[in-house]
Amino acid sequence: MKMVFSLIVWAVLWEIAGRLKLSTIVPPFSAVIEAMFEIAPTEKFGKAAIITLRSFGLGMLFALLIGIPLGIVMARVRGVGRLLGMWVNIFVSAPISALVPILMAVVGIGETTVVVTVFLFAVFVITLDTQVGITHADRSLVEMGRSFGATRSQLYSKILVWSALPEILAGVRLGAIRGVKGVVIGQLLVAIIGVGELFEVYSNNFLMEEFWALVVIVFLFAFAISEAIAALERRVEYYAASR
Amino acid sequence: MIVEVRNVSKTYDNGRGEETHALRDVNLTFPKGQLSTLLGPSGCGKTTLLKIIAGLIPRNAGEVLVKGKPVDGPGPERAFVFQDFALLPWATVLRNVAFGLELRGMPRPEREQVARKYIAEVGLKGFEQRYPAQLSGGMRQRVGLARALAVDADIILMDEPFSSVDEQTRRKFQEDLLDLLRHHQKTVIFVTHSIEEAAYLSDQIALLSPRPGRVSKIVRPNVDHSRSPDEIRRDQGYLDTVDEIWGMLRQYV
Repeated sequence: MKMVFSLIVWAVLWEIAGRLKLSTIVPPFSAVIEAMFEIAPTEKFGKAAIITLRSFGLGMLFALLIGIPLGIVMARVRGVGRLLGMWVNIFVSAPISALVPILMAVVGIGETTVVVTVFLFAVFVITLDTQVGITHADRSLVEMGRSFGATRSQLYSKILVWSALPEILAGVRLGAIRGVKGVVIGQLLVAIIGVGELFEVYSNNFLMEEFWALVVIVFLFAFAISEAIAALERRVEYYAASR
Repeated sequence: MIVEVRNVSKTYDNGRGEETHALRDVNLTFPKGQLSTLLGPSGCGKTTLLKIIAGLIPRNAGEVLVKGKPVDGPGPERAFVFQDFALLPWATVLRNVAFGLELRGMPRPEREQVARKYIAEVGLKGFEQRYPAQLSGGMRQRVGLARALAVDADIILMDEPFSSVDEQTRRKFQEDLLDLLRHHQKTVIFVTHSIEEAAYLSDQIALLSPRPGRVSKIVRPNVDHSRSPDEIRRDQGYLDTVDEIWGMLRQYV
């Protein structure tokens, strides 16, 4: 309720600022919404959305498939944790955008570069949170598993991963938010494709209504992903609190 | 003798290159079908000894024999009940109790049938679908006990199982425990720091002294466990045992 109210206040302020013609780059909010419904059904937008979603999806998939196992290994094998810990910590806070032009030189210009950008934006925070989760996993649960004869793989699949699930999900949520950033930045900086291409077209031709409409769409998408994962997090929260 | 501990020593590196003796040359035997207590002040190594018997921590010297065979790790003939319950918070009571069987690969319908039986025996019928966070401390430990009973081990190792349980619950729990163990003919090794608890429950009490941890005396309480709990608590043999143990332990406090 509070959130809806706050959104309304912002929409009204935006509308007023737009009507006052304070700046040519801020059209009224109502015009932006109108533009949103205009561009959404177009074929151009549909294609851009598909390319963008595909890059995002693939990048996130690789980030999960590599980030989570890597975090587990770093938590359980002390040498690996020490060897890679510093690097993961550096990269989690590093401005990955600065690396994107280098990527272009290595991977080439195209969708692959965007996938790699999404991967790089998302993977480190997922690795780091997984490592924290596994490191702080309940030791007595592991001891319990051993005392009842759990094999090594059972310890992981039935105890450790579940125990670390709240942290892993938090990492996945943060990773997904960064991944949305990554897909847009990748498309803007490297390969002028997908939503990035649309951003280029709109801003170069001074189509401000369409430009802001696209911004709102991307924001809504990031928000929806983050909320979906947060909903999952809340489902496991009740036991996280009782650990 | 179902469990024998022979010359077991355990040292910890204290971080400054010196070794701390947690246990030194401990010799103990545990008779089949009886409840034996490891009793002593904190720092005497009683939990360490129990976990060595369980195979959860390695020893530096000596050996542990279970049914005449030396053991080096956990085994299906021993089941552990943990001080902090160690229940899976994301699993129901039913799955928690069946967890030992799940790890052994028993099919789900079978293991749940076994689990339901033991859930009823520890007095938690109707709570099968609850989660640990929804239960009181005493109920959680009953789940821990049911899990240990469900794997049908001959030996139950209990590490201060009642220390996180409030006093009233503890008495009832102790009485239920005696009934259950007598019924199932289990051998129990029990760690506690409560003299009353040891005297009330035990057939044999091993008194451990600290720094280094070693067995200072074996006491066999002259208590008739077939009598009612209230009679036992007023029994002269029980009261004498409590006094005798306190006389020996007070020097370490």
